[in-house]
Amino acid sequence: MQGMKKLGVGAFALFLSLSARADFTWNFPEPVTPMALDTLHVHNKFMLITAVIFVVVLAIMIYSIVTHRHSKGYKPVADKAPSTAIEIFWTLIPFAILLLIDFVIMGIPAYHSVVMMEDTRDQSTMVIKITGSQWRWQYEYLDGDAKGIKFVSNLATTDGQMHNAEDKGEHYLLEVDNPLVLPVGEKVRILMTASDVLHNWWVPQFGSSRVAVPGFIRETWVQVEKPGVYRGQCKELCGKGHGYMPVVVNAVSKEEFAQWANKKQDEQKAASDVKEMTKDELIAQGKTVYEKNCAVCHQVSGAGLPPAFPALTGSKVATGPIFGADGKYQKDSHMDRVLNGKGVMPAWKATLNDTEIAAVITYERNALGNTAAVDAVVQPAQVKAARE
Amino acid sequence: MSTTTVAHHDEHHDHPTGIMRWLTTTNHKDIGTMYLTFSLIMFLVGGSMILGIRAELFKPGLQLMNPEFFNQLIGVHALIMIFAALMPAATGFANWMLPLQIGAPDMALPRLNNWGFWILPPSAILLTLPFTLALFGVGDGALATGWTFYPPLSVQGGIGVDFAIFAVHLLGISSVLGSINIIVTIYNMRAPGMTLMKMPMFAWGWLITAFLLIATIPVLAGAVTMLLTDRHFGTHFFDAAGGGDPIMFQHLFWFFGHPEVYILLLPVWGFIPQILQTFSRKPMYGYKAQVYSLWAIGALAVVVWAHHFFTAGMPVPALLYFMYSTMAISLPLAVLFYCWIRTMWKGSMSFETPMLFTVGWIILFGVGGLTGLVLADVAADAQYHNSYFVVAHFHYTLFAGGIMGIMAGVYYWLPKMTGHMYNEKLGKLHFWLTAISFNVTFIPQFFVGLAGMPRRIPDYALQFAEFNMISTIGAFVLGLSQLLFVYIIISCVKGGKKATDRVWEGAEGLEWTLPSPPPYHSFTEQPVVK
Ligand code: HEM
Ligand SMILES: [Cu+2]
Repeated sequence: MQGMKKLGVGAFALFLSLSARADFTWNFPEPVTPMALDTLHVHNKFMLITAVIFVVVLAIMIYSIVTHRHSKGYKPVADKAPSTAIEIFWTLIPFAILLLIDFVIMGIPAYHSVVMMEDTRDQSTMVIKITGSQWRWQYEYLDGDAKGIKFVSNLATTDGQMHNAEDKGEHYLLEVDNPLVLPVGEKVRILMTASDVLHNWWVPQFGSSRVAVPGFIRETWVQVEKPGVYRGQCKELCGKGHGYMPVVVNAVSKEEFAQWANKKQDEQKAASDVKEMTKDELIAQGKTVYEKNCAVCHQVSGAGLPPAFPALTGSKVATGPIFGADGKYQKDSHMDRVLNGKGVMPAWKATLNDTEIAAVITYERNALGNTAAVDAVVQPAQVKAARE
Repeated sequence: MSTTTVAHHDEHHDHPTGIMRWLTTTNHKDIGTMYLTFSLIMFLVGGSMILGIRAELFKPGLQLMNPEFFNQLIGVHALIMIFAALMPAATGFANWMLPLQIGAPDMALPRLNNWGFWILPPSAILLTLPFTLALFGVGDGALATGWTFYPPLSVQGGIGVDFAIFAVHLLGISSVLGSINIIVTIYNMRAPGMTLMKMPMFAWGWLITAFLLIATIPVLAGAVTMLLTDRHFGTHFFDAAGGGDPIMFQHLFWFFGHPEVYILLLPVWGFIPQILQTFSRKPMYGYKAQVYSLWAIGALAVVVWAHHFFTAGMPVPALLYFMYSTMAISLPLAVLFYCWIRTMWKGSMSFETPMLFTVGWIILFGVGGLTGLVLADVAADAQYHNSYFVVAHFHYTLFAGGIMGIMAGVYYWLPKMTGHMYNEKLGKLHFWLTAISFNVTFIPQFFVGLAGMPRRIPDYALQFAEFNMISTIGAFVLGLSQLLFVYIIISCVKGGKKATDRVWEGAEGLEWTLPSPPPYHSFTEQPVVK
């Protein structure tokens, strides 16, 4: 067994050398909500209990292994099963202890955490709706100061970083363009749903994780006690972008939250004002919208990933007519596809505003190798009309 | 069936040789050997797939594969390990050893037995074909949904999902056929005098497994068939837009999927006490208590399924019910542990390879069981669920509790099956390599899971880098060590020190009364148990 010892020592040395430079975390990250705090307590307590059970049982086993050995000439004793009432009673004692651990020591705190976790309404002051879609989160504030604000939150890590062509930032894969902003200290009720497949909105420091089910509303809540930026990820396998669906929450004071809400509402109003734009303006804005939202599937070049994700370059939909003789958009046209989606392609009408949709369509028709498109420019006003 | 006719029939029966012997065989030992060989091959296939995954996860960033391919590897790895490695291994032992242990001339339904096996290779091909084709640029590859097939992702998926559905149908048929055979064999073919309560523990483990399989496989078959019609024939079982519910799939799937975990483990719980008593030179402790515990676990297994999706949304009473019923499984399980350790206690233990694997098994499976107990807690589960903590937990139960248990069985019975002793030194080396590298692989996964790394992701945040690196190194040592296992088996089949009939000093049971290897037709005279 000399070889084994060496291997063990080697592994241990490797471990030490790694820990010299690394910052290992051994438990849940610091909790910042009542729920996460409770979860951490429950976890620590259970781990302690199970560790004690494990160590005690292991010690008994090792003692037996060391002493009751054939090689030491130990003679086996004849075991007999408990038969008298007293013997049976004493055998049932460990069983009773386990019952106590399971259903009292562990069972009662577990009961309380479940009830607390599922109570989404008591004292909640604000409601937001979170929609998971492949592969981004959409946030909508349903009441309060921020009522009406809605936006999409996309991964902000660059492709170059993911493919090791650029240096990775500190928050590699855990950074977004638009974080969710929440006021500190408020109990926020969260309505959760999805537009395509199952997702799961998870921030480890909040201790809340809820599956977003398409066609259904699920509920959970958070109450962040400490200002800061909190990061998490989608936790339900949702296709090829599953690893690229971070959640970032910016928890700020109530005052800051109100300011942010005001600013955001103004911006949103300005953006939804429909005004005439030049082709170049549309293309420029469309490029940004495209790269943020569409390139995950259709690729930056427009080549797509057939058969699941069709190419846009030279596609019939992206070059064919949009508007009929009556000036109305046609079914199965480019506009229809972007607004309403089809199959795997999501509907964008709820997520993007008129200008963004006009811009991205114009971009797709004049870039990505497309030149000869009919209806080459689409104006926000036309999108607005199409929505009605 | 009278013994004399069996013996008479055997004398006039000359069996085909060469390849036809294997294709047409109805002999339980031949079929058992085929199951075990198939299982070993698939174990290596599933293992190499996951080494691809671990290599990709060695450091942050995408280096070897795209996320789509990554997802395919994970799903196929799991399906292969569960359906094509662990289950066939247990069935292989059942075929080899049950008739020997209960003193039967063969399995009760030999022709069915042959069918049961030959359904497996085509389904393994169905499972891996889309994946292999994609390597050569044909099609969009295997299912990328994880082994759980959750819709709507699986409705969205490519042709690989259909392949996997058909593969699962075939695998299911195979195990139901196997189960029927085992039940009939156990009830009808026991040697005179062997009452149910005198049966070897392995027979009990398998009997309960067989009932669980028959009860749950049809539910799985139904669920994936509904999925198939959702995909192609416009039904909306799992689509809210048509009045269905995606979560209903999870209920159906886990009604099968949770008992499945016990299906993988019950046969092992059957032979582990036999190995323990052999190497402790002392009868197993609490035979009856163990039998009742196995039944209790089997019964509880079918009523706790929803603990796999606590976070999917359930009414509070349902959450509480599934939490407490899951915790209840720890009671019979603790009885089993108690009996195992009590069997060792004051025995006269020696530590040949099968015993090493058994003791290692008890410890590591214990870790799996205890972490399972904490997973039952709904609130904490919100954190653990779908994180690497769960990945570590279920590998302690499936790899340590399943595969390492099977390995204990292999070393225990290999001399009986081949007639030769395996190389004891190498066997021990194999154990230590496996046990150590297993822990190096999976302990770090507990910690990355707690710190917040979700499972099934192809790339991760920088804070998880070091632990993942250690885990990958462990996995490669673990994977490579299994080549030693293959080498030990092959050289044992080829030759080696002659094994005696009893093989192990303390071995008890009918299989040890036969020569090693047992003759083609085992019992020409039916043994009588007193
Ligand atoms: C060399 C040994 C093994 C290694 C290194 C290994 C490693 C892994 C890894 C890294 C994953 C992916 C985790 C994720 O991202 O979710 C995984 C998944 C899985 N493995 Fe293993 N595994 C091994 C053996 C086994 C065995 C023997 C079984 C069962 C009999 C098994 C069953 C599973 C299952 C059920 C999954 C979940 C797949 C899914 O997410 O759908 N593995 N394994
Ligand atoms: Cu997702």
